Amino acid sequence: MSSVVALDRLIDARRVWRGQVVSSPSGANFSTGHHFLDAVLPGGGWPKAALSEILTTAPGIGELSLLWPTLASLTVSGERVVLISPPHLPYPQAWIHAGVDLRQLSIIQADGRDALWAAEQCLRSGSCGAVLSWLRQADDRSLRRLQVAAATGQTLAFAYRPQVEATNPSPAALRLVLDSQPAQLRVIKCRGGLPPAQPLAFAWH
Amino acid sequence: MLWACILLPQLAMDGVQRHRANPCEPLVLLTGSPQRRVLQAVNPAARALGLKPGQSLTAAQTLTRGVATAEYDLAAIERWQQFLAAWAYGFSAQVSLHYPRCLLLEVQSSLGLFGPWSRFEARLRAELSALAFQHRIAVAPNPAAARVLVNVGDGLMASDERMLKQMLDPLPVERLGLSATVTMAFNRMGLRQLRQLLALPRDSLAKRFPAEVLRHLDTLSGQRPLALDFFMPADVFDTRIELSFEVESHQALLFPLRRLTADLAAYLACRDSGVQRFTLHLEHRAGADTQIQVGLLSAERDPGMLFELTRGRLEHQQLPAPVLAVRLEARELPVFAPQHQQLFDERPQQNQPWEQLRERLRARLGDDALHGLGARADHRPEHAWQHEPTNPLLPPSGPRPGWLLSEPLPMREASLRILSGPERIESGWWDGEDVRRDYYVVQTRAGQRGWAYRTVGSDGPLLLHGWFA
Repeated sequence: MSSVVALDRLIDARRVWRGQVVSSPSGANFSTGHHFLDAVLPGGGWPKAALSEILTTAPGIGELSLLWPTLASLTVSGERVVLISPPHLPYPQAWIHAGVDLRQLSIIQADGRDALWAAEQCLRSGSCGAVLSWLRQADDRSLRRLQVAAATGQTLAFAYRPQVEATNPSPAALRLVLDSQPAQLRVIKCRGGLPPAQPLAFAWH
Repeated sequence: MLWACILLPQLAMDGVQRHRANPCEPLVLLTGSPQRRVLQAVNPAARALGLKPGQSLTAAQTLTRGVATAEYDLAAIERWQQFLAAWAYGFSAQVSLHYPRCLLLEVQSSLGLFGPWSRFEARLRAELSALAFQHRIAVAPNPAAARVLVNVGDGLMASDERMLKQMLDPLPVERLGLSATVTMAFNRMGLRQLRQLLALPRDSLAKRFPAEVLRHLDTLSGQRPLALDFFMPADVFDTRIELSFEVESHQALLFPLRRLTADLAAYLACRDSGVQRFTLHLEHRAGADTQIQVGLLSAERDPGMLFELTRGRLEHQQLPAPVLAVRLEARELPVFAPQHQQLFDERPQQNQPWEQLRERLRARLGDDALHGLGARADHRPEHAWQHEPTNPLLPPSGPRPGWLLSEPLPMREASLRILSGPERIESGWWDGEDVRRDYYVVQTRAGQRGWAYRTVGSDGPLLLHGWFA
């Protein structure tokens, strides 16, 4: 031991990276509207101008309730929300009940490559607040395109994908897994911080 | 008043050449009877091969081979003159086609809007070059003098009568626009310059020469006004491009299409209007034209956008036969209201407004692919929605699911748990789609929440109609 270095000096010199420190300034991200989720996500919400993935097993397990507060606050402030090839018809009464302003909602019916193209165009244009897409088959390359488009257009991008994709790597900034039995939420990747080790209880109904 | 004269020295050639992808390949325009075809105009590339106007086609073919030819079409020249007059109408209210292959514009009254003449002239030249027309410009206090000056040189300007006199006086008699016999007579009399003509006594000039001579000289000096027919813009845009060969692929149609949409945009900008609906006609050798309707949700006139939209529609069109000509026709030209844009935009990266994006999406995916969502005040789920956003007063109701299935599915699962219900929905006896159903909120073994019903009086399985998500 030739010299003893004080720990606080080392940290002040910023030569040691501390794992638990959130790199992005807190409050910079878009609040999810769920306090328990905001508390664990770096920046306190959805990553802005980036792709977030939501991996689900089946419909009817709270996949819309997760996003409704975000969509409500976006549409009420006049931002446009685009749904690209949703699996079913959105029931207007339920969406109004959740606070979504339907005048700002647009639905695009397309499949395969056209759906990807439409998602990329909407993200890149920068005229939408959020773009939700249900991608049947999306490879790593097309997800990367969406991620770049979201960064270009400074738009929130959400991709719903089947849960089997959880094992494959993805360029998305945030990856969430929705479990139905028990109803819980797992963060498996979040850029700018460590994903929480414990699943989060998600009482959506 | 100040008049600008824009001479279009190669109007016929420019008109043909602007529809060709490669302007550098040699091209000649032909005229004359079928027995004796004569070269009427040649482009620089053809001139470099030794071709000259006035040669017979046979002579030209012995000199070289592989030269593209086209008809010297008087009707086409007339069309281009009209098109350019419409373009010039954007700069001046008084535009005349009094002289062939020349545009006359009154520019004095436009200077207040378009800045000093140097800047105005630069803009005229830039736009003409962008439209691919060769040109020469001269300015004089009267139209006849402007026409004479543009023959002498490019960019000449006489801002007042005194300066005009200085410029005209030394001009040779051949350049004055007098008839050939009169010019020759003057030359034989030893009168070479305009100065010498003007020094002659008027009565002897009037006695010896036809009346037009004195009239023309007076018009040149501005002592006698020239009566002009002014151009009135047409109310519809209808332009046609004949292709030089039969085109079977979309790719080869894009170049003429880009020209057409750019011309349409130029025309719209001059009229300060937009276009909401236009038709692209693809003409075939036999059979009816293929028509492609392009409809927009709001009036637009951005050239790039019009091209992209038309291209999107064109690429979806099957070509039943080779295409010989393309025609763009726009009859509805509504007022164009530019979008308000805020000086301090909240999101500076916003580079494409929603309206443009919507048109792009509709052009590629089809008109029906993009729609909104609206609620209707009806209890029956299948009648509770529509594609247009509305804001009706909704009746109070029980819990409604976020997803609605388009076709109800029977639920065969044995371990369904009923969470709440029944909620009776009984409605529609007036329009023949009567429903009497009991709705339940159910939970599957996998933890999904569904909205299922059973028609009153039946005892089949529950039919799943939606998911609470």
